[in-house]
Amino acid sequence: MAETAQMTTDAPVEMKVSDEVAIRIENMNKWYGSFHVLRDIDLTVHRGERIVIAGPSGSGKSTLIRCINALEEHQKGRIEVDGTLLSSDIKNIDTIRSEVGMVFQHFNLFPHLTILENCTLAPIWVRKTPKKEAEETAMHFLRKVKIPDQAHKYPGQLSGGQQQRVAIARSLCMRPRIMLFDEPTSALDPEMIKEVLDTMVELAEEGMTMLCVTHEMGFAQAVANRVIFMDQGQIVEQNEPKEFFNNPQNERTKLFLSQILGH
Amino acid sequence: MSDMHEHSVAYVRDSMLEQQPAPVTETGLVKWTRTNLFSTIPNTILTLVALYALIWLIWSVFPWFANGVWDASSIRDCREMLQGQTGGCFAVLAERWNQLLFGFQYPSELYWRPALAFILLFVAIAPVLFFQYLPSKMLVFTALYPFLAYFLIWGGSILAPIFAMVGLAAGYLVYQRFVAKSFAMGFFGGVIVALVALWILTSIPVDGILAMQQVESRQIGGFMLNLILGTVCVSLSIPIGIALALGRQSSLPIIKWICVVFIEFIRGVPLITLLFVANVVLAYFLPPGSNFDLIIRVIIMITAFASAYIAEVIRGGLAALPRGQYEAADSLGLDYAQAMRLIILPQALKISIPGIVNVAVGLFKDTTLVSIISMFDLVGMIRGPILASTEWNGVYWELWAFAAALFFVVCFGISKYSQWLERQLTTDHR
Ligand SMILES: Nc1ncnc2c1ncn2[C@@H]1O[C@H](COP(=O)(O)OP(=O)(O)O)[C@@H](O)[C@H]1O
Ligand SMILES: [Mg+2]
Repeated sequence: MAETAQMTTDAPVEMKVSDEVAIRIENMNKWYGSFHVLRDIDLTVHRGERIVIAGPSGSGKSTLIRCINALEEHQKGRIEVDGTLLSSDIKNIDTIRSEVGMVFQHFNLFPHLTILENCTLAPIWVRKTPKKEAEETAMHFLRKVKIPDQAHKYPGQLSGGQQQRVAIARSLCMRPRIMLFDEPTSALDPEMIKEVLDTMVELAEEGMTMLCVTHEMGFAQAVANRVIFMDQGQIVEQNEPKEFFNNPQNERTKLFLSQILGH
Repeated sequence: MSDMHEHSVAYVRDSMLEQQPAPVTETGLVKWTRTNLFSTIPNTILTLVALYALIWLIWSVFPWFANGVWDASSIRDCREMLQGQTGGCFAVLAERWNQLLFGFQYPSELYWRPALAFILLFVAIAPVLFFQYLPSKMLVFTALYPFLAYFLIWGGSILAPIFAMVGLAAGYLVYQRFVAKSFAMGFFGGVIVALVALWILTSIPVDGILAMQQVESRQIGGFMLNLILGTVCVSLSIPIGIALALGRQSSLPIIKWICVVFIEFIRGVPLITLLFVANVVLAYFLPPGSNFDLIIRVIIMITAFASAYIAEVIRGGLAALPRGQYEAADSLGLDYAQAMRLIILPQALKISIPGIVNVAVGLFKDTTLVSIISMFDLVGMIRGPILASTEWNGVYWELWAFAAALFFVVCFGISKYSQWLERQLTTDHR
């Protein structure tokens, strides 16, 4: 099995960050009605980089990563993903969505389809992959997340940890170049968190570009190149994990870290 | 027990017990009777009362069936034969069965045509109802069936249904062509092309070319008319209801607004007024000279009525789906039509099955309302030609029981099927 991600003190996974830009967000702002939820976000993510986003509840973390694959619209500024500018053009949005995988807090598997069908649906309909090939790819990734034997069950028959791993496999089947995770472990029972984090660590080791909203600080220390701290819709502090945890600068960061680590 | 090691605290079983049957009082019929019928004193009283009522009912109804007269030419004949005994006059069914089923004007030498259409109906709906078990290739027959059934029931030139088919196929091709660009464009483009093609094609005179004997719409009646209206309206109102429900959720304000107004208007008006409108008023709105068949007008009205209700049922199903399902579909790059077809509707429709069946069963029974605008469906036949005839005036019980039985068989079948389907579609093993 992969090494423990939780509470690990091992040296961070070796970084293979290239100069190529995967995501470039410039001066991005978003409002819900009159509520200014994201303010002047600037963020550049390089290919192969692994970024952990932390911050108190309601600080706009989910909204930020959901803007990247246009699940939410932004009203000002630019977002460029893989060289494609995110505009209201449906074509661009669909291109970006098929390049960017997303894993949700509540898994969001399709309950009326089997695990295998969950994984083959998008490749077959969006990528027009032949069914047989799509099934082979799906089995490949299901083996990778260590649940190939559940392929013909329905999501409702699996545990939360297994469902979340299926959700990761489902995204990987589209062969995305970027993966977004929105609190992938916070709906899980403690004993299942590790199996999901292990899968994510493995993914990181393979050089996947990842943006993770998570409060698993062990994971951040083991895997992240950068930790970003958000509060009130703004990026308050960002640093490499060691500095971020040992030597936080901003008062809000200090408070947050003391709350989350000091129990 | 002797095999226990009495003096030690530790215990090891050294002989296994044989499996034994549960006590008689706790299994089978005895247990069932005890827990379900005689568990408490009020329950016992209720059981005895119900039993008494049941026996009394059978006691009084049985002679009615057993002494029933099947061979008589009028109600007076029946009474003579019965000589004051209780007994049903079922001779009316034996003599008028053809009128009850086909109406009193449908040529009797052509009864085989609607009968054949009825049998083929089962072949046509089987691949839809049992889609998990039957090859989807059979759907080709389902698609051809409406045109075949029209040809069988109405007769006339075979070119008319073929033209209709071509018109609809043209609409479908247009939809296919544009749906990838924009769902709304594909949908409305398809509908408009189909309507225009139908309008042009149906104006081509085809009389007598490759024709079977033609039957006029006003010659169609009896239970056949209820079945035609029920089948056509249910199968049209489900897709239209889906479209309305999706339209109501649309981000395009005009479409949303049209759907809301349509649904709310139709739901606020009694069906019977819509039928009167179909009977008299609708003709004024149609292109002059178009001799629009009364059956088609009634179909439009019942379909509009049922689809508004079905739209609301499906809207409930859509609302019950978590937003996460839409987001997961979006995040995988599925477009609107794909997300709806593959993810959202299968789940929303499953939730909506009980509601849809409710509407479908109600609609089927409401087809009897056409008797009020002087169409001779099963109820119209009984109320009109049969009960008004000098021979059978007064045979109420037998005729209405027959009508009730026919409707009951169909509605009970639909209800049983839907329960079976719900069990089939259960994938959350809680
Ligand atoms: N659809 C919405 N409409 C209005 N306000 C919203 C909506 N979604 C989120 N918000 C608000 O935006 C803020 C940021 O939300 P979110 O990004 O989910 O925070 P986080 O993920 O950091 O907990 C919160 O205050 C939340 O109440
Ligand atoms: Mg969140």
